[in-house]
Amino acid sequence: MLGLINRSLQCFLHETYGANTWADVAVIAGCEHVEFEAMLTYPDEITENLIQGAATILRRPRETILEDLGTYLVSNPSVEAVRRLLRFGGATFVDLLHSMEDLQARGRLAVPDLELPEIELQELTSESFVLSCVYPILGTGHVLVGLLRAMADDYGALVLLEHAGHEDSHDRLSVQLLDQSYAEGRHFELALSTG
Amino acid sequence: MSNFQPKPFFSFEPASLARLMPMYIAVDGQGLITAVGTTMAKIFQSDTLIGKEFLHVFDVRRPAGIVTSESLLRQVSERLKLTARSQPGLSFRGLGMPIVGQGALINLSFGIGVIDAVREHHLTEADFAQTDLAVELLYLVEAKTAVLDALRNLNLRLDGAKKVAESQALTDPLTGLRNRRALDQILQKFEQRKADFSLMHLDLDYFKQVNDTFGHAAGDHILKTFANVLTRVTRSSDFVARVGGDEFVVVLPQKREMALLEKIAERIISEISMPIEYDGNLCRVSSSIGITCTQFYQVPNLSDMMVDVDDALYASKKAGRARASFAVGDRAVLGSIITRSVRKRPNLTF
Repeated sequence: MLGLINRSLQCFLHETYGANTWADVAVIAGCEHVEFEAMLTYPDEITENLIQGAATILRRPRETILEDLGTYLVSNPSVEAVRRLLRFGGATFVDLLHSMEDLQARGRLAVPDLELPEIELQELTSESFVLSCVYPILGTGHVLVGLLRAMADDYGALVLLEHAGHEDSHDRLSVQLLDQSYAEGRHFELALSTG
Repeated sequence: MSNFQPKPFFSFEPASLARLMPMYIAVDGQGLITAVGTTMAKIFQSDTLIGKEFLHVFDVRRPAGIVTSESLLRQVSERLKLTARSQPGLSFRGLGMPIVGQGALINLSFGIGVIDAVREHHLTEADFAQTDLAVELLYLVEAKTAVLDALRNLNLRLDGAKKVAESQALTDPLTGLRNRRALDQILQKFEQRKADFSLMHLDLDYFKQVNDTFGHAAGDHILKTFANVLTRVTRSSDFVARVGGDEFVVVLPQKREMALLEKIAERIISEISMPIEYDGNLCRVSSSIGITCTQFYQVPNLSDMMVDVDDALYASKKAGRARASFAVGDRAVLGSIITRSVRKRPNLTF
């Protein structure tokens, strides 16, 4: 798996919980001294070891850690690129939900080796959605919960977003849109200013 | 049979047309602008386009020669390339079609300049037609930039790591012997511990001729052969380094008898003096050697020893090569291979 995923976990744990915590997790995961490179490939089990290591060291459920990772990816200024690339998904939060179906293709467009979750959106009503995703890492749906909650904030939308279980290797999320323009939302310029 | 009769003409409210094509411009039969899409209006901000002559607002770069409204209306359905007269950096491409009976409808896009235009005019997704891939293009540019940044950083880190590794390397890549840095380290350790040792400085005679005659590959082969000889003749506890092109140093720990050192030197010289075959050619080299030992000094001192062992090597060269010299002052020459020489130093014990 591309190092980007491990790198994200490393940055998240390091920035949120400090260098010592990250070092402890790395030891448990058997990758101390490793500085993950986003564009290099690492064995899949390392990612799993990192997640389990973090759960052990932090004494928190895996789901919570993954959800926090999702929030971190969107809301932390040091990974602004992720938030920006997601905002290209559309002008509103509902546009973004629909664009999640293209997530995999968009990822490959940027980096051919990048494997992102396969996502399907079901629109039950104009305010009610079910999003399902498939990915080799158990609990990926929780990352999406954190990520989409943070994106809803970013768009200024008021949503009720919950993990709705795991079956047939699919994680399901239920999304209730309460108010599409509840708050101002964060500003987004399509083109970054130069210099 | 169906009685369905398609209506040949459509009409749109300007607002509907603007949603379909936010960058359209409609001109009448005189070439005056009658309506524009929302994005066009946004780009030209305060200038009201309505009522102006199209060719006053735009410079038509392609097709060539469009300077009158008649020629514009005549050629509007060819590939159009325009720049805005008020903003020369702003260019468009597009196509027009005659509106039946009255002027033309011209639909434009930014082409490759889209990123600058978006930045300049703070355009949003809503400013583009639903079918326009401009936002995808912007996404791609940004994603690729992020990837390139990551790769560039990776390259810088790898390059830095390589430089560090090289600067810390202790091995000579050609021969697999230790290098000068390793030698410096080991000699410093000997000096710190005030331990006895002997020092041999060797170089290859006629190496330059072999290199010049048979090429660098032959030269490399000779160097590797010499490295093998040195490794074979010395003990595993001895330390063998290549410190320059054809320059080698052997450090022999503990006190060794001069006779024993002579024997080692003799074996080295006789082994390397055998013709070496390379690529069908026989290469002949030999070795000149300088030797010094800590026991030659009342107070051994590394920098003196280095100078003396170098002088002893030079003495061997001067005395006709293929021999070894001890740096023990004015001792007589012994044997045909081994020369005893060279220097007078006040602190010599011999």
